[in-house]
Amino acid sequence: MATAISTGDNATPRRGKIADFVRRNPTIVVGGTLMSLIALAALFAPLIAGDPLSFQPINRLKGPSAEFLLGTDSLGRDVFARMVYGARISLLVGLSVAAISIVAGLFVGLTAGYFPRLDTFVMRLMDGIMAIPAILLAIALVSLMGASVRVVIIAISIPEIPRVTRLVRSVVLSVRELPYVDAARSNGTRAFKILRRHILPSTIPPLIVQATYVSASAILTEAGLSFLGAGTPPEFPTWGNMIAQSRLYLSIAPWTIFAPGICLALVVLAVNLLGDGLRDHLDPRLARRM
Amino acid sequence: MMAYIVRRLLATIPVMAIVGIFVFMLLHLSPGDPAAIIAGDNATEANVAAIRARLGLDRPLYEQFVSWVWQTVRGDLGVSMFSNLPVTTLVMQRAEPTIALALTTLFVAITIAVTLGVLAAWRAGTLVDRVVMGFAVMGFSVPVFVVGYMLVYVFAIQLRWVPVQGYQSIFDGIGPWLHRLILPSVALGLAYVALIARITRASMLEVLAEDYIRTANAKGVGTGRMLLRHALKNAAVPIVTVIGIGVALLISGVVITESVFNLPGVGRLVVDAIARRDYPIIQGVMILFAGVYVLVNLTVDIAYTFLDPRIRY
Repeated sequence: MATAISTGDNATPRRGKIADFVRRNPTIVVGGTLMSLIALAALFAPLIAGDPLSFQPINRLKGPSAEFLLGTDSLGRDVFARMVYGARISLLVGLSVAAISIVAGLFVGLTAGYFPRLDTFVMRLMDGIMAIPAILLAIALVSLMGASVRVVIIAISIPEIPRVTRLVRSVVLSVRELPYVDAARSNGTRAFKILRRHILPSTIPPLIVQATYVSASAILTEAGLSFLGAGTPPEFPTWGNMIAQSRLYLSIAPWTIFAPGICLALVVLAVNLLGDGLRDHLDPRLARRM
Repeated sequence: MMAYIVRRLLATIPVMAIVGIFVFMLLHLSPGDPAAIIAGDNATEANVAAIRARLGLDRPLYEQFVSWVWQTVRGDLGVSMFSNLPVTTLVMQRAEPTIALALTTLFVAITIAVTLGVLAAWRAGTLVDRVVMGFAVMGFSVPVFVVGYMLVYVFAIQLRWVPVQGYQSIFDGIGPWLHRLILPSVALGLAYVALIARITRASMLEVLAEDYIRTANAKGVGTGRMLLRHALKNAAVPIVTVIGIGVALLISGVVITESVFNLPGVGRLVVDAIARRDYPIIQGVMILFAGVYVLVNLTVDIAYTFLDPRIRY
């Protein structure tokens, strides 16, 4: 039996393994590919798109053409170029918010889950933050601290932290009482080492999945903030402010709204697909529950 | 049961207290002097000082906090800095469109989502299931303002079936009122449909695998009756939980939807207030929205016992 398996393995060329992975995880592959394409476009924006800022009033609200692939907006700016550059802000915000809220939520969740004395206080604090509508909290923070990309990232991260905290805490609570953790504790291992060596690893798979959902939600919130005019400063082209600036021209120049809108939907869809795929791959138990 | 309800009610106090502290600190520790903003660019030092004294901003922070909490607990949300009207009055003036939008969205979303979720679970693994779940992932991914403008473009601009934007009071007739709320509630409901449909499907799948469903089928209970009376009723608890959690999503969405469809609601009130730094309105509306969220989730917790008598506290 063992030989059969090993011959099978040896006989499978590398390409076969990849094909196998693709067949088993179509959502990871579709989401990942879409994501990579958009990330490449954002990274190499200057190579594939023209100047997103220059405006030619003579060319305002022109339909798609060879010169302007997706036409121009109400100031005569290149919609395609702005769309490509807009990906930069969305991806930057998505990645940074995921990183910040995962690190902060991990820290708070480990502390709350492992030290019962702090648990009630910390979780009530998190409940309080969760009760405030995320978008209002973010708008208020941005308008009070002054609009900049950094402030937008912080403002969107804060309402995401409680959700990560809850997830981490629930994992800690279930792992804390397992025999191997008990054993470590009775050995006299210090709390910090138990958390780092014995508990932290169990939180990683669900956190990876959560990170994708957090970035999807962050990208949507950033777009919402930009749309309401309370987000990224208007000199940066973002998908949200492109839509807001073109809202009056919906009937005569729908491409100015639909191009960034479809991009936004595609990015979030890609991230969500990636998340669903990773969830099925990393945590089959959770997948069945969802 | 009564004891449980009282206990749950008491547990909301610390949460609301934290919301209060958070909202207060957020606004009062932020840079910028609201008195100077109200006074305008040409104000003298004396003008600014007078405004500061009138608003109580010259008092120590803890004193301001204590008097603000005392006010809020008594249901007084303060007076707007710009219009000099009580915040409660301003909110009441704007409440109708917001409540109307929230309720129609809930109705649309729950009806569609539960139907889709039940269908997907019943036909699990088939094309129907895949289409519904694909639609659910899409629903999560398209922001409400993008869906909103797409719907406006197709149904208001191209087909001219509904007005582009605006609101008409329900007291001027149900027809025109509904006419203007259809697009906003569908746009806002989409993400909610996705969320509820997914959980409905998951919860139904679990229940459909139970022995008593097989028994029901074997004794010849009709499909519809089996799905609704036997399965859905027992799958209700997680669905109701998600509806409660989703209210946070709904409230955030309301703020944006009101802006897309030009509905004169509470969301617009607070967005305008933030731009002008009208502290009492910002504080008041945030507290109010947080209160609604906490209250809805409290109701959901209590509803469990009615949905599933096996749950005892």
